[in-house]
Amino acid sequence: MGMTFAQKVLARAAGLDHVVPGQIVPVKPDHLLTHDNTAAIIGKIEDDLEKYGVVRKDLSVIVLDHVVPAANEKTSTAHKKVREFVKRYGIENFYDVGVGVCHQVVVEKGHALPGKILVGSDSHTCSYGAVNAFSTGIDRTEAAALMLVGETWFRVPPTIKITLTGKLVPPVSAKDLILTIIGDISAGGATYQAVEFHGNVAPLSIEDRFTIANMGIEMGGKIAVFPCDDATEKYLASIGVDRSKYDPVWADPDAEYVRELSYDLSAIEPVVALPHKVDNVKPVGAVEGMKIDQALLGTCTNGRISDLHAAADVIDGKSVARSVRLLVLPASRAVLEEALADGTIQKLVAAGGVLLPTGCGPCLGAHQGVLAPGEKCLSTANRNFKGRMGCKDAEIYLASPATVAASALSGVVTDPRKVA
Amino acid sequence: MRVWKYGDDINTDMLFPGKYTYTCSTVEEVKPHLLEDLDPEFAGSVQAGDIVMAGKNFGCGSSREQPVLGFKAVGIAAVVADSFARIFYRAAINQGLVLIEAPEAVAAYKDGDDVTLDVEGGKITVGGQEFAFPPLPPEILAIRDAGGLLNYARGKLEGKAKG
Ligand code: SF4
Repeated sequence: MGMTFAQKVLARAAGLDHVVPGQIVPVKPDHLLTHDNTAAIIGKIEDDLEKYGVVRKDLSVIVLDHVVPAANEKTSTAHKKVREFVKRYGIENFYDVGVGVCHQVVVEKGHALPGKILVGSDSHTCSYGAVNAFSTGIDRTEAAALMLVGETWFRVPPTIKITLTGKLVPPVSAKDLILTIIGDISAGGATYQAVEFHGNVAPLSIEDRFTIANMGIEMGGKIAVFPCDDATEKYLASIGVDRSKYDPVWADPDAEYVRELSYDLSAIEPVVALPHKVDNVKPVGAVEGMKIDQALLGTCTNGRISDLHAAADVIDGKSVARSVRLLVLPASRAVLEEALADGTIQKLVAAGGVLLPTGCGPCLGAHQGVLAPGEKCLSTANRNFKGRMGCKDAEIYLASPATVAASALSGVVTDPRKVA
Repeated sequence: MRVWKYGDDINTDMLFPGKYTYTCSTVEEVKPHLLEDLDPEFAGSVQAGDIVMAGKNFGCGSSREQPVLGFKAVGIAAVVADSFARIFYRAAINQGLVLIEAPEAVAAYKDGDDVTLDVEGGKITVGGQEFAFPPLPPEILAIRDAGGLLNYARGKLEGKAKG
């Protein structure tokens, strides 16, 4: 019997010929991502660090992104503690305020590579499946233990196979596809399981795949992964990663799956996830005309250059409705620089957009763009949980960059296909 | 002993709002905000030995161990649910919080039922009816027996230092 991607990666990591779902295997991850929460993580192991130091200087990738620039003394003190730790222990991969959202930075800087294993104390660590990595979220205590010993365990997950056919018809986007899939599978439908994407993945760009893999956790998935193909290799070459640096893995043709689904991409339509669950997905028509107060374009889900382009194309010289605050949050400095160079940022700002520093911004409700009671936000982020944007009496609706842009123009939820 | 019963897909923002993740750093600061947006009564009335019961996919959402630390600190005896989200599940193992996957027991529970637990024996009794749940694998028991993952890791480091 053949093996799935997850079986093959975990077998290779554990030095075994074959593993089966349910088996627990020891694993030494290639990288460990932590962000602003690094301060809390190292706080758990101060004495141990004094005694033993860190297990590997190149294990950690640390990105300050969640509350940047610091919002208050508490967050600035935490950032300072992280910088001191980085210096003292010679942490090789550190990205300070302004480089970008952690997941974007991990991929952009070439830390996530095909066939590698990454863990992170952040649930959207599953994003790196976009480039054929096995990557998943862990808690802070586990991150602390990893800094000390560099080893953890995984239960080999069963796998769901999703086969794609056809092509998306713009302005329908990868966000509409993954929201549709989550609506079908449900928020817990892939819990403990891996999700593999097969079939016609070639037309999906690495950015599209990032958006899709990023939301794997919103159906409970341990990982959500794409094969390494020409697009992957070209992308990695473009960021300066030599082909000899990675060894892709893909499922055997006779691998066994717990569930198989298929999607015709040409039939996907613009959708919106309604409050307060990501799987509460409806065609955009279900809320068309509903007034919004804030529109958020960005985050680790949809803050890349193609997302900003999609929004700028819809806006096309027009202005955002006066009743709407359009927040623009590029996923990284590299994205921001590119969007400045090609005039995209200028277009979004000229239309009335408010440019925020690269990072998580209002996504987790810690600062910047917190909602007020009774307000509605249409967002390109990945979560619409009650209270997520800092106010439990506000509502968050999730959609694609094109839908968010079209709605920001009219002030009400709008089908992007209707904006000429 | 009181049972706090909730529904499906209880996410980490309901268990502990995201806006506090960078303002509450100690478990004492976490406690008053437990379940704040889900059940305002919980934090003030919960007592050691209480049980939290819920449906599918408990703890979904962010990687946020504060609710696990908080539950441990207030003395929650166990969380019994149809199923758990995986990061929450790992966090609980790493802290030694008892999680029990027992959908039949959850379905059988009626308001006011007495619930007793036998974690070692893999048994839960709800209103007089007994249900079995699978015991934890040895790799995970080793972590729990060491008093959580950090102590387990420390044990390994000390072993290496001596060896
Ligand atoms: S942008 Fe939002 S979802 Fe992404 S890492 Fe930041 S807080 Fe998490």
